[in-house]
Amino acid sequence: MAGSDQARFETEVTRVDTPERDLAPTPQVPQRPSGRPQPIVAGHGMEARDVKAWYGSSQALHGISVGFAANQVTALIGPSGCGKSTFVRCLNRMHEETPGGRVEGSITLDGHDIYASDADPVTVRSKIGMVFQKPNPFPTKSIFENVAAGLKLSGGKRIKRADLSERVERSLRGAGLWDEVRDRLNAPGMSLSGGQQQRLCIARTIAVEPDVVLMDEPASALDPVATLRIEELIAELRLRYTIVIVTHNMQQAARVADSTAFMLSGELVEFGPTDKIFTNPDDERTEQYVTGKFG
Amino acid sequence: MSTTAPEFSLRATGRVRRRQLVNRASLLAASLAALVAVAVLGLLIGSVIAKAASAINLDFITKDPATFGMTGGGIANALVGTGILILIAMVIAVPIGVFAGIYTSEFAKPAVSSTVRLVLDVLNGVPSIIIGIFIFGLLVVGHKQSGWSGGIALAIIMLPIIARSTQEVLALVPGTVKEAGLALGISRWRTFLAVVLPAAFGGIITATLLGVARVAGETAPLLFTSSIAANTVTTDPSQALPSIPVTIFTYSESPSPDQHAQAWAAALVLIVFVLLISIVARVFAARARRRATGR
Repeated sequence: MAGSDQARFETEVTRVDTPERDLAPTPQVPQRPSGRPQPIVAGHGMEARDVKAWYGSSQALHGISVGFAANQVTALIGPSGCGKSTFVRCLNRMHEETPGGRVEGSITLDGHDIYASDADPVTVRSKIGMVFQKPNPFPTKSIFENVAAGLKLSGGKRIKRADLSERVERSLRGAGLWDEVRDRLNAPGMSLSGGQQQRLCIARTIAVEPDVVLMDEPASALDPVATLRIEELIAELRLRYTIVIVTHNMQQAARVADSTAFMLSGELVEFGPTDKIFTNPDDERTEQYVTGKFG
Repeated sequence: MSTTAPEFSLRATGRVRRRQLVNRASLLAASLAALVAVAVLGLLIGSVIAKAASAINLDFITKDPATFGMTGGGIANALVGTGILILIAMVIAVPIGVFAGIYTSEFAKPAVSSTVRLVLDVLNGVPSIIIGIFIFGLLVVGHKQSGWSGGIALAIIMLPIIARSTQEVLALVPGTVKEAGLALGISRWRTFLAVVLPAAFGGIITATLLGVARVAGETAPLLFTSSIAANTVTTDPSQALPSIPVTIFTYSESPSPDQHAQAWAAALVLIVFVLLISIVARVFAARARRRATGR
């Protein structure tokens, strides 16, 4: 299992090495845009153990335990209301921003508990980014300002003006949006189409160089062409980030994800490599869901 | 098979016809009522213009009142006085009102927030003469009339308008915008300042304009606090300041027909001012609403 994953990983790297791809410096090894010294297998994994969550007194998650491997795309699938969005919002401490939101259990990033008493939610969120279902660029800001917002406003060191432009450009390239907006960076962020807005939100998220990118149904509000572009983007992004994607579209999970977790009524039913989940699942409920018998 | 269809007519008869007539009559009545409402404003402005025509000229707005017994002169002192009173009111009411609106909208618990909103709504409904007499008892009795006390009374009238409008325009900014900021690892306060507030800014300007329009013509509080004023342009708020509404009142009580005409002219100046601000504010409000919600 590990061997074939490794092989597929290396194939992905060489595929991206082709000169037509307009990315930041073509790496032999996954390399962070800021060029910090990297271990050979970059990326950060997360692990959730027995995670429970409540909205007020109503319990939405009943003990989810799952691991997200570094530099992999993990999909969360399941019928509406099964708790996938709730779970993903627990992963970057957004659930507690909902009135009445409460989380129990352990969630770690590279072994560090993000719910530790001395863990600052703001810092956690700068390491675990999120792209939402409906594109939400900041309405009063230009394209440039949108991408730069995280860099300028989050608590990191002050960034010099020249560096800022360079990082904005890198993020827009990474999101596959640079060519379309390079000569109108000062246009309002809201003037883009839906698919472009979503890619802008992705650029904004990766500009702060998080370790993990969470995506809550990122393409469900978009047309099929834009959806395809987002899926291609996810395949590229996974070289640099660990991706967790919530999707109600099973075909999308099959196209995009290395591993898939199937959730039902706030519980994790089955988790495993995507191929297995879709062709030979262990649990009968999984089989019924992926063959469309319900959901 | 016989194909003769039974005879019938598509015209309305009996009960249906009666209902049709009632429908038409109601429509007519409603249109007439709307026309009357619009006509009232038209008549009002029309009669003010007609009665003020003889006294309105450039001198009227640039010269001080004529000395006792003479004709001519203007309301320059009242214009300046009203301007200063409104300025004092704005300096007090705008910061407090905006912050109160921000507090109830963003940072207060729902119970506290709805209590504050109720209090503000009640304050909005307090008759201005009561506010006048309250400030009179507090600041004027035992001392003397002053521009400050007049300005404070106007500020109390302005405050709930600005606070409620600020709170309402902040509520218009979609929650997803705030979430986007938080998910980037930006702290709550900075998210609010840099992302939410700019979106609501136009609405706050509109709220201020509406507050000014309301307060520009308030007479009762000024009768108590700033009515015995000089006949020349004064800018010292520690003295009672002349104002347009009080001038209208005093002139209309005087025996001189020249001053009656001047009262009408002052009324015209006031109504033009209020109308202009109201129209500008409403036009701005639509634009501000679009900006807040991101179109």
